Amino acid sequence: MAKAAVAAETRPWRDPRAQPFISVQGITKRFGDFTAVSSVDLEIFRGELFCLLGESGCGKSTLLRMLAGFEQPTEGRILIDDADMSAVPPDRRPTNMMFQSYALFPHMSVEKNVAYGLLREGMKKAQAYARAGEMLKMVKLEKLASRKPDQLSGGQRQRVALARALVKQPKLLLLDEPLGALDKKLREETQFELIRIQESLGITFIVVTHDQDEAMTLATRIGVMKDGGISQIGEPQEIYERPNSRFVADFIGSVNLFEGKVDAAAPDFIRIQTPELGAVLVPVQQGLARGQQVWAAVRPERFALSRQKPQGAQNAWQGVVEEMGYIGHMTQYRIRLENGRLIRASQSNRLRDEDPISWDDHVWISVSPQAIRVLDE
Amino acid sequence: MSAGGNALTRSAPWRGTAWAMGKLGISGRMLVIAIPMLWLLVFFLAPFFVLGRISLAEAIIARPPYTPLFERGPDGTLTIIASLENYRFLLTDALYRNAYLSSIRIALVSTIFALLIGYPIAYYIARAPEPKRSILLLMVILPFWTSFLLRVYAWMGFLRNNGVINNTLISLGIIDSPIQMMQTDFAVYIGIVYTYLPFMILPLYANLTKLDGALLEAAGDLGASPVVTFFTVTLPLSLPGIVAGCMLVFIPAIGEYVIPALLGGPNTLMIGRVLWDEFFSSRDWPVAAAVAIVMLVLVVAPIMWLQSVQNRRGDG
Repeated sequence: MAKAAVAAETRPWRDPRAQPFISVQGITKRFGDFTAVSSVDLEIFRGELFCLLGESGCGKSTLLRMLAGFEQPTEGRILIDDADMSAVPPDRRPTNMMFQSYALFPHMSVEKNVAYGLLREGMKKAQAYARAGEMLKMVKLEKLASRKPDQLSGGQRQRVALARALVKQPKLLLLDEPLGALDKKLREETQFELIRIQESLGITFIVVTHDQDEAMTLATRIGVMKDGGISQIGEPQEIYERPNSRFVADFIGSVNLFEGKVDAAAPDFIRIQTPELGAVLVPVQQGLARGQQVWAAVRPERFALSRQKPQGAQNAWQGVVEEMGYIGHMTQYRIRLENGRLIRASQSNRLRDEDPISWDDHVWISVSPQAIRVLDE
Repeated sequence: MSAGGNALTRSAPWRGTAWAMGKLGISGRMLVIAIPMLWLLVFFLAPFFVLGRISLAEAIIARPPYTPLFERGPDGTLTIIASLENYRFLLTDALYRNAYLSSIRIALVSTIFALLIGYPIAYYIARAPEPKRSILLLMVILPFWTSFLLRVYAWMGFLRNNGVINNTLISLGIIDSPIQMMQTDFAVYIGIVYTYLPFMILPLYANLTKLDGALLEAAGDLGASPVVTFFTVTLPLSLPGIVAGCMLVFIPAIGEYVIPALLGGPNTLMIGRVLWDEFFSSRDWPVAAAVAIVMLVLVVAPIMWLQSVQNRRGDG
């Protein structure tokens, strides 16, 4: 019981009675003939760290800019804390934005950049600079307060941008590719730093990113966008384990897709007839009709590899290792089946294997029905 | 002979030259810089020294109309004849002081008006979408296709007592008798601002196109209204463009001769006119040269100061 209560408190989207903090209702944005965002509905809850994930040009940045007020939606409306934002210009919105380019004012010192927003709301100078100082302390830049932005490294600039966007304690912070300009190592450190700051301030974050690892690490929930619409909304695990379409399955992580038709229902399984793998057993799933076209999706790490035929495996096929890549913690394989189909599989290297499966080995690959996701679009 | 050997023999004399030049402290880089340096030396610095030397002489009725710098005495000794008398004369005669002050005032007022008119135009062009932007830029430069003199004459047609403006106002019944516009300082301001406006617009435009739109959005996002954004972000960042534009207008305007001569009245006192009168009417070359040198100093000093301020700004 206690556990369920905690879950509802930290994951309000699971509670059907919860009131959303930000409500995007039927938003469409057209630029001339081009539709950048098409009828998006989105509900985001207080204190969430929501990621909009998609390739460039999918409309995620346009959606963010509409939340900030830089673009006016062609149709639909946005409510923030129950207030309609339609007629509210950017400078009156309870939102702040961290720009992809950081957009730090080059003619102002770090301290002045951070205090800028406070001075605009009429705060006294001394008080504003004191607040800016606290903010800089939080992002560990208090020693660089009098520097100009061009005297900072990329990572330092990123933190100034974050401090400047947070100093006004906005109801909603919008972050456009906040870690995009950082190198890999710094990016990973900063991800957790961002989560720490978000949790300590309790501000709702919406992060736009094209990096699926970043989205998976940061987000309470992810909205996967494609062609101006939202394909799927869910917690990272949900998106990965139960993608609702081939696009999402392929975009988040990597996946093997096998086209087939629903054949017959066995007592515990449904059989799917695929041209490439023959019969594949998948768990019983609602809404599948006999003869329906579906795709069986299998993540590479869900395959098991063995030299001998595995005992009792329901789905097992024979193939030859064509390529392998040893990464350290795992090894990636490309296995050619007898019918020519290439399959991506990976094995985690939990134990030191003295005789690992290698190039040109004949292997069996098997997958349990529970590890297969059936997609109908 | 192999290709390599051929290259070696060909490069040998060149290497010899390079070595010899190196001995003299001349590098390839210096040769490249030498051409513009030589140009400036021949066409700017040398005339400047000639002018400086004339300003130290005394006017005589001769050809050339000034005393020589060196005089050989009967015993063969060489005497240098130079005096600062002309400069002292400039200080004592109020005409010159007034002419300088009036020139600076007219140039300053014109520059301010050119800035006030030019800034919005430059801003608008910089923010315009691409095909429109090129057309607008072309329109700014287009007047240069016709002669400057013709364009000033055209203004006379507008500003005359029976010119376009007065005739229109009279026919509309707004005024009964023509307003005197020609031969006033007002006409000079119009002429200078009109002529030099492109020199204000172009550097401002070059600066404002570089302005990152995200900065303006960031200011808005942080709660600045468009007006506040302009004064806290756009204006400070366009300062180098403002300085460049103002210098390009102020410097030629201060020495302007044609516009005050054609549009100004007898009371419009500008140093360009004084210079002309000294050279051609009084034929007093030494005084004229001194007038020119003083003007040069008056113009160069503020530029040097501005430059050093900007450099310090860049460092800090």
